[in-house]
Amino acid sequence: MQFESVIGLEIHVQLATASKIFSGAATAYGAAPNAQACPVDLGLPGVLPVVNREAIRMALTFGLAIDGEIAPTCRFDRKNYFYPDLPKGYQISQFEQPIVGPGTVTMDPVDGAGEPRAIGITRAHLEEDAGKSVHDAFAGRTGIDLNRAGTPLLEVVSDPDLRTPEEAAAFFREMHVLVRALRICDGNLNEGSMRCDANVSVRQVGTSELGERTEIKNLNSFRFVERALKHEIERQVDVLESGGRVERETRLYDAQRDETRPMRGKELSDDYRYFPDPDLLPVRITPDMLDEARAHLPELPSAKRARYVDELGLSQYAARALANDPDTAGYFDATVEAGADARQAANWVMDHVAATLHRHDTDIAQCPVSPARLAQLIARIEDGAISNTAAKTMFDALWEEDGDIDGIIDAKGLRQMRDSDELARIVARVIDKHPEQVRDMRAGQMKILGFLVGQVMRATRGKADPRQVNALLRDTLGVP
Amino acid sequence: MNGDESIAALRRGLLDRRYSAVELTERSLSRIDTANETLNCFITIDPDGALAAAAAADSRIARGEAGPLTGIPLAHKDVFCTRGIRTTCASRMLANFIAPYDATAVSRLAHAGAVCLGKTNMDEFAMGSSNETSWFGPARNPWDPGRAPGGSSGGSAAAVCAGLVPCATGTDTGGSIRQPAAFCGVTGLKPTYGRVSRYGMVAFASSLDQGGAFARDAEDVAALLQVMEGHDPLDSTSTTAEPTAFDGSGSMTIGLPGEYWDDLDADMGAVLDDATRELEAAGHTLKTVSLPHTTAAVPAYYVIASAEASANLSRYDGVRFGYRAESPDSIDDLYRRSRAEGFGAEVKRRILTGTYALSIGYYDAYYLQAQRVRRLIRQDFLDAFDDVDVIAAPVTPGVAFPLGAVTDPVAMYRQDVFTIPASLAGLPAMSLPCGLLDGLPAGLQLIGPHFEEGRVLELGAEYQRRTDWHRQRPHIIPLDTGGPGEVSNAV
Repeated sequence: MQFESVIGLEIHVQLATASKIFSGAATAYGAAPNAQACPVDLGLPGVLPVVNREAIRMALTFGLAIDGEIAPTCRFDRKNYFYPDLPKGYQISQFEQPIVGPGTVTMDPVDGAGEPRAIGITRAHLEEDAGKSVHDAFAGRTGIDLNRAGTPLLEVVSDPDLRTPEEAAAFFREMHVLVRALRICDGNLNEGSMRCDANVSVRQVGTSELGERTEIKNLNSFRFVERALKHEIERQVDVLESGGRVERETRLYDAQRDETRPMRGKELSDDYRYFPDPDLLPVRITPDMLDEARAHLPELPSAKRARYVDELGLSQYAARALANDPDTAGYFDATVEAGADARQAANWVMDHVAATLHRHDTDIAQCPVSPARLAQLIARIEDGAISNTAAKTMFDALWEEDGDIDGIIDAKGLRQMRDSDELARIVARVIDKHPEQVRDMRAGQMKILGFLVGQVMRATRGKADPRQVNALLRDTLGVP
Repeated sequence: MNGDESIAALRRGLLDRRYSAVELTERSLSRIDTANETLNCFITIDPDGALAAAAAADSRIARGEAGPLTGIPLAHKDVFCTRGIRTTCASRMLANFIAPYDATAVSRLAHAGAVCLGKTNMDEFAMGSSNETSWFGPARNPWDPGRAPGGSSGGSAAAVCAGLVPCATGTDTGGSIRQPAAFCGVTGLKPTYGRVSRYGMVAFASSLDQGGAFARDAEDVAALLQVMEGHDPLDSTSTTAEPTAFDGSGSMTIGLPGEYWDDLDADMGAVLDDATRELEAAGHTLKTVSLPHTTAAVPAYYVIASAEASANLSRYDGVRFGYRAESPDSIDDLYRRSRAEGFGAEVKRRILTGTYALSIGYYDAYYLQAQRVRRLIRQDFLDAFDDVDVIAAPVTPGVAFPLGAVTDPVAMYRQDVFTIPASLAGLPAMSLPCGLLDGLPAGLQLIGPHFEEGRVLELGAEYQRRTDWHRQRPHIIPLDTGGPGEVSNAV
């Protein structure tokens, strides 16, 4: 029997607000336990939630980005269950009236070829995160850290449109790219800023009915999504092929043992007894709120990739590498806008700029060489004023200290030699100094040409244009 | 100063330096000291804090910076969080809980200069109509200590009735200000839902809970409301409406809901008829109105209030604060025993009722159905207010009953039959004394349209200018005939 899998993801996106969704406490990562938990986060008696308008704004920006339905009002509900790190005994979430309804996320095909894929989004709703149970800090006891309690989450639920573990991982990656481009999430997976649950079922190829599904929780990396789904699909196929039935259940992915296993019954509740939270009025989404959310909407990564390929002539690879990181894309766009050739700019950003950033252990948002300066540098290469090599030296110089480009070029003596007579004299001197190499080359060992070019470049201290030197040598020695 | 002056009279006495705020506070403390053993209306008395606040009030007065309530003694129902003084909600669960914040109502009253003497007794988590569910034992009715002061705000009503404080805060979810006001013969107002911030009020049923006040008459209640009311950024459900306006009651049409009067005992009916005739004599027109969904109010209320309570009380889990069971052997054991030992029977009954009403398979039949009924009841009132300015009604079916007399929970719930409808509709409603039955006070309820507290209070004040039921006092603790600064019986 041939089986295919049907996969839908639920992705929890931690919104990058400065304060929590229902209180004024800070959301910064890594504070001392419970240092960022105010009476509202602690669930003390009598305190009340007040919704953070910025969380609403971010959710609306996401809704607009996926062309999702946005109803005129949304509502918060209470989801009731007991857990030590859930201070109120209920989580404030959205059940019946989510802020964002059906929409679409466009992603590149997994193998990089063919048309982009449109993945349906069922809904996206706002909710508060729970705290953390700390099991290893106190002997025989569990500690509770409520710093994370009340952190705003946008839970994005996809349609069951994904067919393979690879595609599911690619979708998770696309969501990661999207929420960072929208600047609504910092995307730090190892800090839990995005977490994913996967719903998966298998069915015989050719049937259209969905099989019984399981939900895998606790997936916080692209790799885990792919591996957990692979395992779970194999397990379900095994169950079916041996004549068994897949049970609807929630399973946990154990990354250390690389397997999924059923969650203990205690970690589940069948009935959350949702009802509208009477502490919060329904949120009316006004045209002003939508306008403000729209003002935060950048060019979407999928549109950016298409533009880089179609209009700027970049490769798919370069388009992805540049467009998928918002800061890199911003830097690249600004460089092109400042007049640089797009392909040159792309090479620079992906190559020397990236390497230099890496060497200095910083990121492109902090790059001391501005896009305008890089564009000027590229222009000087184009007009032959400096060589590519000299441009790298210049970039490093500008990294240390900004200044007038031409002034620095001259001060560092990096301007390319434009005087053909002087260059011809140097070429003649190099030929005179290396009679054996000249002889061998004339005998057909053309790779020696490179050596001679190098010698000329050395003699000019890198100021000559290597292409010009190359031509001059061939010309002088009479080789093709 | 004899324990029965109005806020305005006390304020004059303070500003004229006939007595100091410290003297006023000492007098209140000594009355509490005398009476509390019998009445049990205070759970916590805070003499040090009160005297310090009174001293601060005296300096404010000396500097000519007196606020509207500077130096006026007051007590808070123990459902309002007070920074540094325990807030028990009359529950074992919170017997040692000290909030690190003041409720907004508390801080507004403090800012206006009121001197808080302590925290008053109540039904546990405001669930009850007799004060008997308090973990600290019931407060008692000053008219007859063998009888209930009403609930849930029984301690506040009893304290004002006995002249221990001139005024006190309360909260009303289904009648918890109005019923004790009626039982104790004092004036109590439940404002429009959203009028007074709920921030720092321990929640029972969030869509119904409303803070309000008890005092000797409608004018004093108005003085408190003007300080307590107004939008609070910490409570999304608090109103941004204009403050209460007092623009003269004029001649009004007063609606008498037929459904309420049909249900009334003859004795209580006669007292209420006298009261409404008095309103008519004052130049107002009486008109019978219909509130056809009244009989569905009590069941709908107990579904909605219990459903909300079941979630609101989930935070009492023994993990972070409040009562915690000894040596639990698992997290479930911690939950189970902390809640089993920390909550009383009535609280557990409501949590169970509410949990049931929200469960899969029952949600539509109970919770959603109750919400539909709530909308119909609200519409009943809105329709009635097309024809009348204010609705007059009884507060309770009878006068204060003996402690221990009502043992059936549903019979207890039916105590609130006349107060619950206005709660479900979110309307302002006041209880004022309107007669004595067998030597015990009876209450008249005046219900206004949303945010028309001013109309209700002015009509109440007019009634009280024409009658003296609100001046009737049980003499279990004799009022002083004089005090420091020599003020006589002004009333």
